[in-house]
Amino acid sequence: MEIKEKKQYTSSGESLTDNHERDILDKSEKHIFDDPQNVKRLLIIFFSSVVLLFILDFFVNKHGHFPWENWTGFYAVFGFVACVLLVLVSRFILRPLVKRKENYYD
Amino acid sequence: MTNSCFPPAFIFILGAFLIPFLSGRIRSIYVIFLPVVGFCNLISIDVGTMMSVHFMNYNLTLVRVDRLSLAFGYIFHIISFITVIYILHVKKNLEYVAGFIYAGAALGVIFAGDLFTFFVFWETLTIGSVMLIWARGTKESTSAGFRYLMIHATGGLLLLAGIVMMVTKSGSINFGFIGLTDTASWFIFIGMGINCAWPFLHTWLTDAYPEATIGGTVFLSAFTTKTAIYALARAFPGTELLIWIGVAMAAFPIFYAVIENDLRRVLAYSLVNQVGFMVVGIGIGSELAINGAVAHAFNDILFKGLLFMSMGAVMYRTGKINATDLGGLYKSMPFTAIFCIVGAASISAFPLFSGFVSKSMVMSAAGDKNMVFVWLVLLFASAGVFHHAGIKIPFFAFFGHDAGHRVKEAPPHMLIAMGLAAFLCIFNGTFYKPLYSILPYPAIYEPYTLSHVMTQTELLFYSALAFTLLLLSGIYPAEMRAINIDFDWFYRKPLNSFELIVAKILNGLNEFIDKIIVKKFTGSVNKFAVEPVANLTYFVLYPVLENMNLKDNQADKTNEQTNQQIIASAFRSGTSPSGIYAACAVLFIVFLYIFI
Repeated sequence: MEIKEKKQYTSSGESLTDNHERDILDKSEKHIFDDPQNVKRLLIIFFSSVVLLFILDFFVNKHGHFPWENWTGFYAVFGFVACVLLVLVSRFILRPLVKRKENYYD
Repeated sequence: MTNSCFPPAFIFILGAFLIPFLSGRIRSIYVIFLPVVGFCNLISIDVGTMMSVHFMNYNLTLVRVDRLSLAFGYIFHIISFITVIYILHVKKNLEYVAGFIYAGAALGVIFAGDLFTFFVFWETLTIGSVMLIWARGTKESTSAGFRYLMIHATGGLLLLAGIVMMVTKSGSINFGFIGLTDTASWFIFIGMGINCAWPFLHTWLTDAYPEATIGGTVFLSAFTTKTAIYALARAFPGTELLIWIGVAMAAFPIFYAVIENDLRRVLAYSLVNQVGFMVVGIGIGSELAINGAVAHAFNDILFKGLLFMSMGAVMYRTGKINATDLGGLYKSMPFTAIFCIVGAASISAFPLFSGFVSKSMVMSAAGDKNMVFVWLVLLFASAGVFHHAGIKIPFFAFFGHDAGHRVKEAPPHMLIAMGLAAFLCIFNGTFYKPLYSILPYPAIYEPYTLSHVMTQTELLFYSALAFTLLLLSGIYPAEMRAINIDFDWFYRKPLNSFELIVAKILNGLNEFIDKIIVKKFTGSVNKFAVEPVANLTYFVLYPVLENMNLKDNQADKTNEQTNQQIIASAFRSGTSPSGIYAACAVLFIVFLYIFI
């Protein structure tokens, strides 16, 4: 659902009227990610590189500061878990605590 | 080596005052050349220069050029040059003038060799920056500007208090290593910390930066926090407390950034997060850590500026900045999208991009000191920053769901500015030697080891995997038209109510006192002073007055007043017959004679 908003992001001293949205391009024009096939291809490339990285990890001799840095897949697991935790905590703990209506301070 | 030079700050600040006299193309050429002239001046000054002037019994060191200040000096000139190209579309003079005063003040701070000069430029920094916020001209920017000013004024006063205490105690105004030892140093420490956006003191940044003008935010992202980083690196390197402050700064803003809708506010949170890395570096205090903090400040100015520029270009063309209103812009703004991705890759520390060669120095320094917890939090923050600044910003603005904006690509001058910043981000990341050569200490760090490249790529790809899977599964928090309250809530809500309550109490008290003292008490005193005398006179002179019939002397014959009332009123207005005055005077003398 699109709610029409007042244009509040006009900057003083800049005449924005002719810079704002104008339909100069045909909306029906096809772009690279409009084709679901291309999105799928991108995802396949991405997932295969993730797998490839995991395999490569076995062959790289690591020299970290801490013993766990040498465990196979430590960085992969850490990155994944960290981001999942980050999103879960933000969404289910932080957002309910701090979310307010946009005009809260008005 | 000579000890006299032209202070770099003066080129910008004096140059700023000429801007209002120029217009059009001449002004554009002038503002582009100003940073170039400044840079030429800077490289002509020898390292080790100490330029002093005598002022009121003190020797002020206006310019001290050493390797620490010089590194900041270079990047401040570079980013001024880039930003001023970026804002060439702006018609009003205010942004140019404020921008150059602000940048000049930042140069003044980093080259100041004494606490007095340091403080003066530190305060000028606040003035320049608040003008960039107010230049936006919206209701939100006005009030955010006032809150910004309030906090920085408080910070400035704390700093001043600390400086005064320190100078009184030691008698020296030299600005060098201070260290957390006495009360004075604590005041200075916290004063600097406010500009550095420490946790709970950070809200001026996330509150005000997204409210500034399109170009103003780019200026702002470069100077205030980085001068604070410089000041801390100068005065408090190796202070352990800074490690913990930095760790908190690196960690908590990423949670906010994930749920924030305003994309420039997302960047403001990630700015706090990146400054956290630098603060940790200063807290560790080893040569590698300080090098890392300075290198990261240098790179952060470029990639954060680039990200703010790309979001500014989006805002300039679409008039929108909330993630809920954007998406699919790669179709109409492909170059801006590419530059944004370069900035995103740099802040995420992808190999070959600038963050990779600087952030890892701080982490490595933490590892060298065997700080397990610090290292783990920084690693978490590295994954997190990729998540919100590296993926979220480009994804929601340029890809994701198509919001239907069909706009023109950013104007050429913006593309040139973004292109320059993007070039430097890649250059610093790929050919890191020039950057390492300007750091305060000899850099023997080698970022491109197979192990480092591999582990960092793995970390980032698996963070991206988490993002992709969460997005596809619908768990990723949808952007919402909402704001998220932060620590500024305390001074925007309860403090506001507190102010209203206090105003009510104090105004009530004022009215009450006014009623009692002004209206009642003075009247009574007056009455007390007049009436007893009149009555006394009346009683003493009773026989005389009764026979005299004062009413005859009154203009108003119909007045039914008694003699007593007439005397009282005559005393009040000071119009008694002279005989009665004389009688009073005699009475008074008799009174004195009897009792004294």
